[in-house]
Amino acid sequence: MTDKTQYKVHKEPYYQPQGNEVALYEAAYRNRLPVMVKGPTGCGKSRFIEYMAWKLDKPLITVACNEDMTASDLVGRYLLEANGTRWLDGPLTTAARIGAICYLDEIVEARQDTTVVIHPLTDHRRTLPLDKKGELIEAHPDFQLVISYNPGYQSLMKDLKQSTKQRFTGFDFDYPDAQLETTILAKETGLDAATAGKLVKIGQTARNLKGHGLDEGISTRLLVYAATLIKDGVNPVEACQMALVRPITDDADIRETLDHAIDVTFV
Amino acid sequence: MTKTEYQHPLMQAYWVQLDTRFAQVEEVFEDVMAEALAVLSREDIHHFLDAARVIGKLGRGVEPMLAFLEEWPSVVKALGEEAVLTDVMAFVMRMQKSPNGKAITPFLQTLAPVARKQHSREQMRHYIEIADDLMARTTGSIHGHHTTFPSPGLPEFFQQAPFLFSQLSMGGVRNWVDYGVRNYRTHPERQTDYFSLQSADARAVLQRERHGTLFADVERKLDLYLRGLWRDPDQLVPYSTAFDELRKPVPYYDRLGMRVPDVFDDFILPLPLAGEGVKISGLDRYRAVLAHMVGHRRWSRPMVADNYSPFQRMAVEFFEDCRVENLLIREYPGLRRIFVALHPKPVEGACDPETTSCLRHRLAMLSRALIDPEHPYGDPQLLDFVRRFHDLLAKGESSSREIADLALHYVARTRLQSDQFAKVWFDDTVIDYRDDNRHLWQYIEDSDDEEFFDDPDKKLKKESEVQSLPPRHYPEWDYHSQTYRPDWVSLYEHLHPKGNPADIDRLLQKHDALAKRLKRILDLLKPQDKVRIRYQEEGSELDLDVAIRSLIDFKGGANPDPRINMSHKTSGRNLAVSLLLDLSESLNEKVAGSEQTILELSQEAVSLLAWAIERLGDPFAIGGFYSNTRHDVRFVHIKGYGEPFNDEVKSRMAAMQAGWSTRMGAALRHAAHYLEARPADKKLLLVLTDGQPADVDSPDERLLIEDARRAVKELDQQGIFTYCINLDPKADEYVSDIFGHRYSVIDNIQRLPERLPELFMALTK
Ligand SMILES: Nc1ncnc2c1ncn2[C@@H]1O[C@H](COP(=O)(O)OP(=O)(O)OP(=O)(O)O)[C@@H](O)[C@H]1O
Ligand SMILES: [Mg+2]
Repeated sequence: MTDKTQYKVHKEPYYQPQGNEVALYEAAYRNRLPVMVKGPTGCGKSRFIEYMAWKLDKPLITVACNEDMTASDLVGRYLLEANGTRWLDGPLTTAARIGAICYLDEIVEARQDTTVVIHPLTDHRRTLPLDKKGELIEAHPDFQLVISYNPGYQSLMKDLKQSTKQRFTGFDFDYPDAQLETTILAKETGLDAATAGKLVKIGQTARNLKGHGLDEGISTRLLVYAATLIKDGVNPVEACQMALVRPITDDADIRETLDHAIDVTFV
Repeated sequence: MTKTEYQHPLMQAYWVQLDTRFAQVEEVFEDVMAEALAVLSREDIHHFLDAARVIGKLGRGVEPMLAFLEEWPSVVKALGEEAVLTDVMAFVMRMQKSPNGKAITPFLQTLAPVARKQHSREQMRHYIEIADDLMARTTGSIHGHHTTFPSPGLPEFFQQAPFLFSQLSMGGVRNWVDYGVRNYRTHPERQTDYFSLQSADARAVLQRERHGTLFADVERKLDLYLRGLWRDPDQLVPYSTAFDELRKPVPYYDRLGMRVPDVFDDFILPLPLAGEGVKISGLDRYRAVLAHMVGHRRWSRPMVADNYSPFQRMAVEFFEDCRVENLLIREYPGLRRIFVALHPKPVEGACDPETTSCLRHRLAMLSRALIDPEHPYGDPQLLDFVRRFHDLLAKGESSSREIADLALHYVARTRLQSDQFAKVWFDDTVIDYRDDNRHLWQYIEDSDDEEFFDDPDKKLKKESEVQSLPPRHYPEWDYHSQTYRPDWVSLYEHLHPKGNPADIDRLLQKHDALAKRLKRILDLLKPQDKVRIRYQEEGSELDLDVAIRSLIDFKGGANPDPRINMSHKTSGRNLAVSLLLDLSESLNEKVAGSEQTILELSQEAVSLLAWAIERLGDPFAIGGFYSNTRHDVRFVHIKGYGEPFNDEVKSRMAAMQAGWSTRMGAALRHAAHYLEARPADKKLLLVLTDGQPADVDSPDERLLIEDARRAVKELDQQGIFTYCINLDPKADEYVSDIFGHRYSVIDNIQRLPERLPELFMALTK
């Protein structure tokens, strides 16, 4: 049996609720319903799950999904050893055994044949067949499956199958409103609220340009980066250019517009 | 009279009115009229045809008439309803009476390109003035002869005009022409060289006049500025400052857009003490103008002008301008530096109240003090009002009303007998980034409510087409009651009529370079028939190389890699695509800055896309839709899933036409009906549209938007991924309501042929 405590979230993560998502999540968890969190990159999805795991006092196992991931990477595999073979549980199996919340981050990145292994865990069966090992695991009563996905990918190749989607309850995340986002930056980095407010403003300038040359606006994560740099003594204008503008676009007109927004915001 | 007969009685009447026998005109007449009817009112159609008839009878062959018929609708399109036909015709007649009749056609051919660069009637007038002046000064003035020689430079100038206007402001063009006339009036050859931009000095003067920041060069940046920083995008219309000598035009805005100068030089404020000047770039000056107008749009409310004297109004305007600027600075503190640098700094005591009306001077100082905390003024009254002004603003935004009261107090308190004097102090009182405040005043006496009714005769009715199949009925979502109206919409489908497939081949030819570029990307996307996937734990075959390596590891006591199998994967793309084209009337409009209509550009884009998808081998269909009330939604099939992209399909594409309205929900449901039946894993429905869903029987705009949104939801449930490519610059207001994140707005429609296939590839990679 794997040690549960190593997966526990020990310190309360800072999470600023945007609505009543905390209560709704608790309800979903009470009934062990699978959860899907949707939203643009860097808007607090992972942080939310981490916080909920802490609040519910349950272990959290996070898997960052990628294109090369196979079903074995989730479920487990045999390892060859000098005197035979040994089975090693994958993270999903571990979570099902010990009763953890299993968070599959960016699930759309995984190949579809990988995604289907979660199906039996998400319906009333709550089981996980380990075909190779010839074992059928009954999920621990505390086990819950959470997936995240960013609908802004705008690629249908990366969209989830209906049959997968329809196994989850959903949370729609978006960038927080100006006031909340300011609070988040200030609490997260210790930056003063006035400067944090200015960063948020620049973030919104970029979000207004979405669809006019920008695919995604500036994420909360990038704003946190900028705030961190400023807190460390970097000149705000330079911090913004480096953390907010350079990463998101090469379109000269947009850069110039955002640079101007930075110039007139920080004096 | 000619014997030509048109089926439609109106068309026949128009043809009679044109009164011509040119066969070339007859060939294009229907197309020309279709274009003209789309933009001209019924009355303007008559003026248009009359003018064309006059031009046709000048005795200069068919060219001038053809040029006029083809150019004019675009001119009206670019300038709005208030075009400049009288001025154009007057100038044509002057050319006709002079020996310059040969220049008429070249002149007419410049109208559309110049109008598209200038977007305003006044600017077009200036253009005609420049040409007229050039003609008057260069005609027949060769030594010793009478006025019998045509101007050598005039036709050359018309050849160059579109280029010149892409480089210079109106004032710049005027100066450039003036230089040529002054220096080469009496040298026909050198004059020709100059105006055809052959001579060295023609290019040198061009360079010299090319100063400052041209509006045309920063238009997109300004649009991004309004959207990004202020969320207040609008049409921008340039004007020239080089012409009115008495009253310089001033920025303003009205329902047609925001008016700004066509060029701004960098502004350099000399600072004698510091030794270095403060510089505000032309771009920042544009931004200052726009920000100021945005401030009014956001915070100013109109007041009744009749209640105030002219002095009071002037004071109210100064106070209100400063109020909105203070609020703007609150949003973006860095604006203060720009406003303060551009604001004049009147010298205290410069105006003598014994001899001169000083009210403007006083107000300009006050205005400076209200936005510049480091102002140099010491007048106690001024300081008192500065304090009261900031006290009001300290409580919030204040309001136009409240600040007007303060302004009235100010006028009462500082009134001088000499304010009435005729001699008014103007120095350092003009603040050129501020608009003329016309929006601030309402005049009670006149109420010329404009009415915008769509004249039912204005648009040509299409002959109804054969309805080959019985209608299908679709529900429509009523968001008021949150229910479906069952079988609400009748949809008729038929095959699109055919045209000439060679037209499409020609379009593809035209984009040959682009196609080559796309081909490289396509080849990457294209599924290889069999791909070997190595490093598999489970697979169809043992991968010997890897297996041996693992065995060696194992024997050596190291952890062997268990992924010793390989397998084969066939075609990774199992995708069906449906392309749905909005074929409503608005597609007939010309794209700003181009000779082409949206429809023509869509045709090019769709041809390229079809070619691209064909290469990839994904099954796909193309359909178009338009509607005329819920009883008559049309769905035309251009390409079916099973059909290859052949001449048959191309001929339908070549005949693509637009008309009527956009009832999108029903069309989405119908396209989905076919797409759903496809066996593919992934289903993509691409919608190409240039506007929001609308139909003549739905005055409530939200209704069809909500219905389309609902339809997209239904499709999502069916496993269909819907994506919208929108050509409407105002799409932000509704497109995400319908399509969520799944849309792109194409700002520069001219790039559609390139963007559409790119988008498709990005979506499916
Ligand atoms: N509501 C919030 N409370 C506290 N911090 C937040 C919140 N929202 C965002 N953040 C900050 O933003 C950062 C990024 O958030 P997170 O990593 O959760 O994004 P994400 O939505 O999971 O992004 P991705 O889709 O790219 O994985 C966090 O590290 C945190 O600093
Ligand atoms: Mg994350």
